[in-house]
Amino acid sequence: MSLLDKLEAVAAARKALLPEDVEVFGTPIDAVYSSTEAKIGDRRILFLGTNNYLGLTFAPECLQAAHVAIDSEGTGTTGSRMANGSYSGHRALEQEFADFYQCHSCIVFTTGYQANLATISGLAGTGDVVLIDGDSHASIYDGCRLSGAEIIRFRHNDMVDLEKRLRRLGDRSRSTLIIIEGIYSMLGDRAPLADVVKLKDTYGSTLLLDEAHSLGVLGKTGQGLVEETGLVGEVDFITGTFSKSLGGIGGYCVSKHPQLDQLRYVSRPYIFTASPTPATIASTRAALRLLRDGVGLRQQLWRNVHQLYSRLDKLGYQLGPEPSPIIATILDTPQQALAIWRGLLEHGIYVNLVVPPAAPEGNSLVRCSVSAAHSSEQMDYVGNAFSELRKTIFQ
Amino acid sequence: MASDYNDVLQKLCHHLKQFTGPDAEITPETDLINQLAIDSVKLLNLIMEIEDEFDISVPINALADVQTVHELATLIHQIRTANK
Repeated sequence: MSLLDKLEAVAAARKALLPEDVEVFGTPIDAVYSSTEAKIGDRRILFLGTNNYLGLTFAPECLQAAHVAIDSEGTGTTGSRMANGSYSGHRALEQEFADFYQCHSCIVFTTGYQANLATISGLAGTGDVVLIDGDSHASIYDGCRLSGAEIIRFRHNDMVDLEKRLRRLGDRSRSTLIIIEGIYSMLGDRAPLADVVKLKDTYGSTLLLDEAHSLGVLGKTGQGLVEETGLVGEVDFITGTFSKSLGGIGGYCVSKHPQLDQLRYVSRPYIFTASPTPATIASTRAALRLLRDGVGLRQQLWRNVHQLYSRLDKLGYQLGPEPSPIIATILDTPQQALAIWRGLLEHGIYVNLVVPPAAPEGNSLVRCSVSAAHSSEQMDYVGNAFSELRKTIFQ
Repeated sequence: MASDYNDVLQKLCHHLKQFTGPDAEITPETDLINQLAIDSVKLLNLIMEIEDEFDISVPINALADVQTVHELATLIHQIRTANK
């Protein structure tokens, strides 16, 4: 099969599964009105799939900071930090993240995907082992592949399975990086962090926790699962993203280990990517302050989460195992999921459609992402739409 | 050694039939993807079951070179032997 034939096969698979009259993946957004509302075609729609957990994409403080930075430092850095230097904003944001987590070191990256790629491939290498949760994000899988280490999966959130695999490694457990996530992006459930910490201590392994979906969402100051569980000092490396609760784009890794700084000299995704733009860094710095002080935002977010989760649960939808800002409805077939996705769009609600192999266990998902910027009335409206669709689609 | 391999092959075929149905014809030369329609998700689930059966861990990077039942049985056999 030629290279182009392979892409034709992808096109054929998409055509067989998805309708031709609507672009499911990469839906054209014609205008953005606010952090929760936009225009698709001629319809005003509610954003319910954007991971904008604290609703900060239009925060005046972030907009103002970005405007000032772009006027004073330009649109881009045009190269990597190793070649083109570190702007004062890069260094300041790293210090602010280190202070936020009371950690020794921080490195910021141009995307969240790159944060995992760079950290994992910089830490682990040939002869090492990475032990990853089966439901890990693609950036974790890809970082592991880039590292050249042996990649071993354990069953999602299954501590018996994790321990079994650590035991089988014998002495090699000491050169093993365990990787878990604060909140998993598909079903919205948390990792059992305290149990993982006990196992990593017992077997002398190293622990990386990805807080991409839990930053700003969990903990009093929004540090994530480490703060909710009081275990910030027990985790070796924490990665995360600017593109969810912080409303920008970029990523970070913080660590209590000063050796983190050496990744700047060995990690290819860090060395060979242009650094974040001044506007991105400036808006993220402003957003991090809002996130840290955003107790009220988190309270509103969780009120919305519980309202929608309990409504969908009462309607009889199969949901992820616990309430979280990611509320996934689990459907038996891709066709059912597509019908719900399409029905919600007709009601003016835009959510995420996830079909195999992206979703765990071969399931299909309709995934909602709740924001602090949503109103209680909007959550009611979404619940009513799901109620109507349940009557028509499951008849 | 040969009997160990045959034991692995027999148990692997038993697990494979849970994914393909009991009527599937499986030989060592059978192609996992093209003949048995074992996609990437099914393969990873199959590996989890095999890992429990033989008390081993199979690195997923090693699966990139596996196409046939024989190649998967050989990989499992090698990991078992290395762990003994």
